[in-house]
Amino acid sequence: MALILKFCIDLFAILLLALGIKGLSKVRSAREANRLAAVAMAIAVFGVLIGSFGSLLESPEAWVWIILGSALGGSLGAFTAQSVAMTAMPETVALFNGCGGMSSLLVALAVRLFPATDSSSGVIETVSIVISVFVGSITFTGSIVAMAKLKGWLSTPAWMQSKIRHFINIVLSVLSFVAIVSLIGGSDNELWLLVASSALLGIGVTLPIGGADMPVVISLLNSYSGVAAAAAGFVVGSQLLIVAGAMVGAAGLILTQVMCNGMNRSLVSVLFGGAIGSTSSGENNSTEYVNITSCSVEECALTLEAAERVVIVPGYGLAVAQAQHTLREVTRALEGNGIDVIYAIHPVAGRMPGHMNVLLAEADVPYEQLKEMDIVNPEFPATDVVLVLGANDVVNPQAKNDPTSPLFGMPVLDVQEARTVFVIKRGMSSGYSGIKNDLFDLANTSMVFGDAKKVLGDLLLELKELGISAKG
Amino acid sequence: MEFADAFWVLLLGSLLGLELIGKVPPTLHTPLMSGANAISGITMLAALTLIITADGRTPLLLMGAVSLGFALFNVVGGFLVTDRMLAMFSRKSSRK
Repeated sequence: MALILKFCIDLFAILLLALGIKGLSKVRSAREANRLAAVAMAIAVFGVLIGSFGSLLESPEAWVWIILGSALGGSLGAFTAQSVAMTAMPETVALFNGCGGMSSLLVALAVRLFPATDSSSGVIETVSIVISVFVGSITFTGSIVAMAKLKGWLSTPAWMQSKIRHFINIVLSVLSFVAIVSLIGGSDNELWLLVASSALLGIGVTLPIGGADMPVVISLLNSYSGVAAAAAGFVVGSQLLIVAGAMVGAAGLILTQVMCNGMNRSLVSVLFGGAIGSTSSGENNSTEYVNITSCSVEECALTLEAAERVVIVPGYGLAVAQAQHTLREVTRALEGNGIDVIYAIHPVAGRMPGHMNVLLAEADVPYEQLKEMDIVNPEFPATDVVLVLGANDVVNPQAKNDPTSPLFGMPVLDVQEARTVFVIKRGMSSGYSGIKNDLFDLANTSMVFGDAKKVLGDLLLELKELGISAKG
Repeated sequence: MEFADAFWVLLLGSLLGLELIGKVPPTLHTPLMSGANAISGITMLAALTLIITADGRTPLLLMGAVSLGFALFNVVGGFLVTDRMLAMFSRKSSRK
């Protein structure tokens, strides 16, 4: 009876999970879908408890451990989720993901190290344990490295950018493979070799990848943690776990592909190409800027006053400066004066696809004003003023004009087509890719140096003096 | 559970995952990734099963509890963070 009930509960949970993932891919239903998925997880837990109600009654101490583990993990998770800043979203997702991988790894290790006495482990169980250990380790170390890189705690060591890393990673892969084969063959000694080599492999593969490609890596690692969960499902014999893990694994893979398309990068070049710009920036001999025009906030305000159509290009610098609210005030003032304002969102603006949309939404920017690159690009020639706020690589014309540039082929916003471009930037440092931006040298580009929040605040004051302020 | 059964479940689950995500607007890439990440914490079911079937053996209970903690960190944190992100979209549309 309990088994049939558990079966129904599992089926229901899977249905809700699938609906949740489906709903998450549409703006309107996304929030409800997320809650639906959360409810589905709770139901799944309920199902496990129901299914083994009998054995739970006999072992009250199991309850203690369950409550202890879930209370600690759950409250830490809740605290992290509430306290983390919106700008730090990508590394937070990476951290969560790493812990998911760690969990699968621990389950597989526990089953392997302390096998149940009454059952001899078959080949299938061994294979799934080995896969779970391998994928779980890679997911854990890879995610932690990705987080550390995004946080700026780690940078890529120079030797990691040379060819040696391929050699090292091949050696680690071979070691893992040997360990996997001998473990499946019945040996018992290579378990820790497998843990160590796959953990190092996770580091070795993730460390050389450039920051701009990090979102793709996190998405891929997310897919891995789904695979690890499915493998753990084989280990403990849970169909629900297998389905859910496989679903996340496959969906993560698709999402990774979608992200790659957005950046015009292939998955292979992300994984094996290393940090873009680090090796090939030497080919571009004109790394010095020759024709920089700097201008004051006042000039910028005057130009804005005369404009009819303004496009804002937000980037990570805006997010770091926490200037999205000040930006919103500036655009309110401009709109109040009948100036047409839209935001051009590059697919990978910020540190993660969709990151900028989240930040601007936080500042109450209407969804309709956020335009995607393909829609905005043809409109730049008819635009009077473009404000580039803390964006760099996504407005670099090199990606179109210079075949030797490492950025070549990446879709960019054609801001140089507009009449006037203001680039608000702290200094002349290069973008995340480390590549010179030809845009800054163009005649219609003026640099406004300063922290984005401060410049926008000053801009707001200047506009007010010109009689431009938000109405109502 | 027979291996063949489990394998079919794996295959169908993967196909379902491939089918579910077709066209995703770039706006939703980050929340979707975050949400899918929370779901991958479903491995907590394995940790739970581990504790339940531990039969009183302390190392298993301990590893199961640690594993459960990691998984719940992923699940609870993942869903809450996704909700925080998505809340920003819906708050705006409800005002309109």
